[in-house]
Amino acid sequence: MRLLPFIASAIVTIGLVAVLNTQLTVGVSKTPKLGYFLSPQHGFWKNAEKVNTNFDASIVANELKGNVDVYLDDRLVPHIYADHDEDAYFVQGYLHAKFRLWQMDFQTRVASGRLSEIAGADKLSIDRFFRRLGMVYGAEKTEASINATNPEMKATVDAYTAGVNAYIKQLDPADMPFEFKLMNYAPEKWTPAKTYLFLMFMSYDLTGRSATTDLQLTNTRDYLGYDLFDKLYTNNQDSLDPIIPKGTVYQKPSIVPVKPAKADSAYLHQNNAVAYTNVQSPEAPDKNNGSNNWAVSGSKTKSGRPILCSDPHLGLNMPSLWYEVQITTPTHSTYGASFPGSPAVIIGFNDSLAWGVTNAGRDVLDFYEIKFKDSSENEYWYNGKWNTVTKRTEVIKVKDSADVVEQIPMTHWGPAMYDAHYQNPQSKGRNLAIQWTAHNSSTGVETFYRLNRAKNYDDYIKAISLWTCPGQNFVLATKSGDIAIKQQGSFVARWEHQGDFIMPGDDSTYAWQGIIPNEENPTIKNPARGFVSSANQKSTDASYPYYLGTASSFPLYRGISVNKHLIGMSNITAEDMQALQTNNDNVFAATARPALMKYLQVDKLSPDAKRMVTEMTNWDLNNGVHSKGITVFKIVWDSVTQAVWGDELAGSPIPLTKPDDFVVLDQMLKDSNWSIADDIRTKDKVENFKDQVTLGVENATKKLLELEKENKIEWALFKETRVMHLTKTPALSRLNLPIGGGMNIINATTEMHGPSWRMIVHLTDEIEAYGLYPGGQSGNPGSAYYDTFVDSWAAGKYYRLLFLAKEKLMQHERTKWHIQFKKANA
Amino acid sequence: MKFITTLLLAALMAYAIGMYTSMPWWSFAITNLIVAIAIPQKPFISFLSGALAVGLLWASLTIIVDQANHHILATKVANILPLKGSYVLLILVTSIVGALVGGLASLTGSFLRLAKA
Repeated sequence: MRLLPFIASAIVTIGLVAVLNTQLTVGVSKTPKLGYFLSPQHGFWKNAEKVNTNFDASIVANELKGNVDVYLDDRLVPHIYADHDEDAYFVQGYLHAKFRLWQMDFQTRVASGRLSEIAGADKLSIDRFFRRLGMVYGAEKTEASINATNPEMKATVDAYTAGVNAYIKQLDPADMPFEFKLMNYAPEKWTPAKTYLFLMFMSYDLTGRSATTDLQLTNTRDYLGYDLFDKLYTNNQDSLDPIIPKGTVYQKPSIVPVKPAKADSAYLHQNNAVAYTNVQSPEAPDKNNGSNNWAVSGSKTKSGRPILCSDPHLGLNMPSLWYEVQITTPTHSTYGASFPGSPAVIIGFNDSLAWGVTNAGRDVLDFYEIKFKDSSENEYWYNGKWNTVTKRTEVIKVKDSADVVEQIPMTHWGPAMYDAHYQNPQSKGRNLAIQWTAHNSSTGVETFYRLNRAKNYDDYIKAISLWTCPGQNFVLATKSGDIAIKQQGSFVARWEHQGDFIMPGDDSTYAWQGIIPNEENPTIKNPARGFVSSANQKSTDASYPYYLGTASSFPLYRGISVNKHLIGMSNITAEDMQALQTNNDNVFAATARPALMKYLQVDKLSPDAKRMVTEMTNWDLNNGVHSKGITVFKIVWDSVTQAVWGDELAGSPIPLTKPDDFVVLDQMLKDSNWSIADDIRTKDKVENFKDQVTLGVENATKKLLELEKENKIEWALFKETRVMHLTKTPALSRLNLPIGGGMNIINATTEMHGPSWRMIVHLTDEIEAYGLYPGGQSGNPGSAYYDTFVDSWAAGKYYRLLFLAKEKLMQHERTKWHIQFKKANA
Repeated sequence: MKFITTLLLAALMAYAIGMYTSMPWWSFAITNLIVAIAIPQKPFISFLSGALAVGLLWASLTIIVDQANHHILATKVANILPLKGSYVLLILVTSIVGALVGGLASLTGSFLRLAKA
């Protein structure tokens, strides 16, 4: 019987190890394998990097053609000096992996619908969405096209891939990034396909909103009827200040799209009332995905040289989307923000010029309604006959569960994203094929490759002419004194309202009638006013011969604010530009507040409401960190608009699109008896703006009193700006940042969204550049360099960027470490 | 003396197998078992030496790492795990987990030795 204690003890030991070696389910999430995770020699402790880590290293790689020197400065920015271009991209890939491997894996998993593989069936709805949207399909087409026709880009992406894999190959599993351990999976080899998937995801982030809004707008139109819809979602923006100044004369269009004969009845006024099913769909890209960029010519600067500014507004995440790098080879020397996942610099400057981008916001994604012959979905009706469908098979692996197989019917339009097997509340049980320029093979990598090497305006035009999706406003400033901006992408030549709603898919007259030639895309070079700018507003006034898309895709007020400031400025310095990029003036409120006050019946207000109105009228129209007036204004405005149109939308069982602020404001300014202001639920009374503004202020006061109680009335406390870790884990994020700004503000910082990289480049002989992003160069939450720049970013401070030749940089006081890459001996 | 010897030997072997092999995190349970079989001690004493060996090893390793890291990561992990952001608690929990597994493995070894005797 002496065996018994042994057996009992063995069972307890093995049992304990087994429990500690299992991912336990807690609520909706899973723990890491605790024993493994806590083990000091295997788990997360290995990622606790010494704060005074010495990053010096010497690395031998077979793949190199020559030697490469990398110097890391005090902010951990690598300065890569290579004798061969491909070696530079190899090293860029290696460094991206060394500092950002987990995010590279995670972001491409999201893009390719492979989250379930590591996280289980919970993530299936996200995976199915991206598979059916054709993300993998689009990336495959780009890869095939580059492999077949573009040896230079293939070599670039291959070198980058080899660099990532060289890092992964030497990586001890105990040293793999923290998040792999937290989520219990391991890195896999990088492939060129992943680079294209990452770029595909950027196309989704910047043009994929239509995949949601086209359906929402269709439902809204169906619910309201077209005539009412047209009032609430008008395309007229009275106060528009376009990218290309008003009054510019455009050449005759080479394509004149013809509206189908019956489009008014069969499309615009079409009304589909179909029951909807309830399937979860992932979040649509943020409406605020936008940006500012501008360049001022030497005529407006103190030095007489141009200054270029660029701040892309995107979701604020940790690790950041951006990674700073300098790449210097015999062919070029470039500095800027790169994407971990892609070679080259995306927004930056070289020794001849600087460039930046904002989103064009043009509609390049449409839905077509498909009629299948039967439930096999093998044939669909088009132009009076049955056409054959091919099926694209996508296999989704699911952790701890069987594979899920998507059979996506492929039509000549594109993938039938929604069909009997895939529905969401917006698609309402219909078969919908998606046509999207991102599905066409893309040459985007080459655009950046060429911009990195561009010497002048002509090189810039050639580089961006290769750009297809997502459409961008490329701003330029050169040392030789040129400034320019061009809206570039594959833009569909549309008739008015084409593709705003779901289109009939059985009729070729609804097809895209052409892509607007590059030469006809809005462009301006060295304008008389001495600056070019963009802030996602409509690029042109109505005299441009092509339809730009629904006005709700184009924020109005940031552009007005940027231009107003730039017009008034002279003798500009880089410091002035820093102040402008972080400017918190609220031009929307400057117009909306007097409009509200015009209608407000102060004598009817409660004492609390009167106090709030005083707070609002005393406000300096600046969205500062401690401002209370902006919080009051925002809540009042939202309550008023809700009172104005809330009743019209209230009865809908599915989410409808909210009308834009400019629609209500423009009507307030010109029509005090706008019919929408009437509350249609009160049959015996006709309300007008006076009633709704007064009611809105009273409603807002209730909410504001609560905010006062919670001490959340100061703007930054109310707004709660945060930079969230990609897993949404609060402990790995930076919360409650003291930063002002907001929607319609040049400093476009909202709750989880805002300037993701701020850059200012003064094109003096020796370039003077400033920049930072809300994150840090290391993606490791255990590194002192994980969130280095966040506080400076929130405070509106900048770093001087080190852009120097090798000999100077080696000796610079801010240069700290040296990583040598050596070619292996033959 | 035997107690100290087994403790040091177990700690050394646990460290070595983690450091120099790619065996899984729990492989120190096997080295503890072997030490407990090789050097007979009373079950409770064996448990104690095994637990202290791994517990103290893990405590020292984590304290060294955590000091050099200025508690950056431990604080974050102690917020992910329900430890209220306390790196001290996290080091304690880590050490206890190691100690429990190590102690039980040694206890098992000691019982096995008794069973065979």
